[in-house]
Amino acid sequence: MQWHIRSDAPVYAQLVEHITLAIITGEFSPGARLPSVRELAADAGVNPNTMQRAFAELERDGLVQTQRTAGRTVTDDAARIERAKQRLAAASIEAFWEAMRRLGYDRDAALALLKNREGN
Amino acid sequence: MAILECRALTKHYGGAPALDGVDLSIEPGGIVGLLGPNGSGKTTLLKLANGLLTPDGGEILIDGRAPSVETKRIVSYLPERTYFSDWMRVEQLLDLFSDFYADFDRAAAEDMLARMGLEPKQRIKEMSKGMREKMQLILVMSRRAKLYLLDEPIGGVDPATRDYILHTIISNYNPEAAVVISTHLIADVENVLDEVIFLNTGRVVLRSTVDAIRSEQGKSVDAVFREVFRCSENY
Repeated sequence: MQWHIRSDAPVYAQLVEHITLAIITGEFSPGARLPSVRELAADAGVNPNTMQRAFAELERDGLVQTQRTAGRTVTDDAARIERAKQRLAAASIEAFWEAMRRLGYDRDAALALLKNREGN
Repeated sequence: MAILECRALTKHYGGAPALDGVDLSIEPGGIVGLLGPNGSGKTTLLKLANGLLTPDGGEILIDGRAPSVETKRIVSYLPERTYFSDWMRVEQLLDLFSDFYADFDRAAAEDMLARMGLEPKQRIKEMSKGMREKMQLILVMSRRAKLYLLDEPIGGVDPATRDYILHTIISNYNPEAAVVISTHLIADVENVLDEVIFLNTGRVVLRSTVDAIRSEQGKSVDAVFREVFRCSENY
């Protein structure tokens, strides 16, 4: 797994995003057992406590579960994963509108630009 | 209870104080960056914690006790400069650590040294600077200590060695221990830190967590550091 941790945003939030994405894309498949916090922390080059905090959030979101016998696993609830996907898609779209707004395009102009580009 | 505690800790070298009334408490279970420009007192603080210097005022306590033979049992210290003799071989260093420290995990150290490609018979003088730094860190991190004090562990090494060293720290420290990393190379270490302590001219000027700084200020600890010290005459 490729980790790109930027320096201007909280590390734990970026870890949550990375792992969520890995679950959505199936890199961590539904129901699969996850590597240990320490292994993932070493892999990402981050503090194990920060990785732990990211997992706590993923568990709250229900994307990850901790079971006494199986350790930490990815949820096998497809609907839940789909909702996470939609959430990330919405965030990407918001980021797009924001970038366009900064360039001076309103929604209609940005949409026209997008459709025009799709046409090509 | 704090594993490292300073109360009004003061140290002078001749005139100006190197440490000026430092109050500080570090709990186990995290990695703390002791950050500051050259001459801010980082090395002095670590030397005091190891009993290599004695305070001129205040006190420093390790696990509730003044630095002594007893505290050295639980403190694993990486000094700024290497103290190994050039003629020594890898296996002799392993013997030395085994003799001195009951908590030294020799098998773990041997395994890491082997993976680094170091032979037991190899002499220190035959090693590059990067190799020496890595070897020394492996020895220090192979102790199952309660407090790791690492003075500039990534100073003067290439980026790949830097990654190796940070990786070795996060994958080996005992989770019930505290790790203190002193450095001025903040951009390189900030992702592995829980907390940061900024020292300037012998005083603590800021203490926070990395993620609190990033979410409150929207910038890296390195960027904040540059701002804090921009006006400082010592920077």
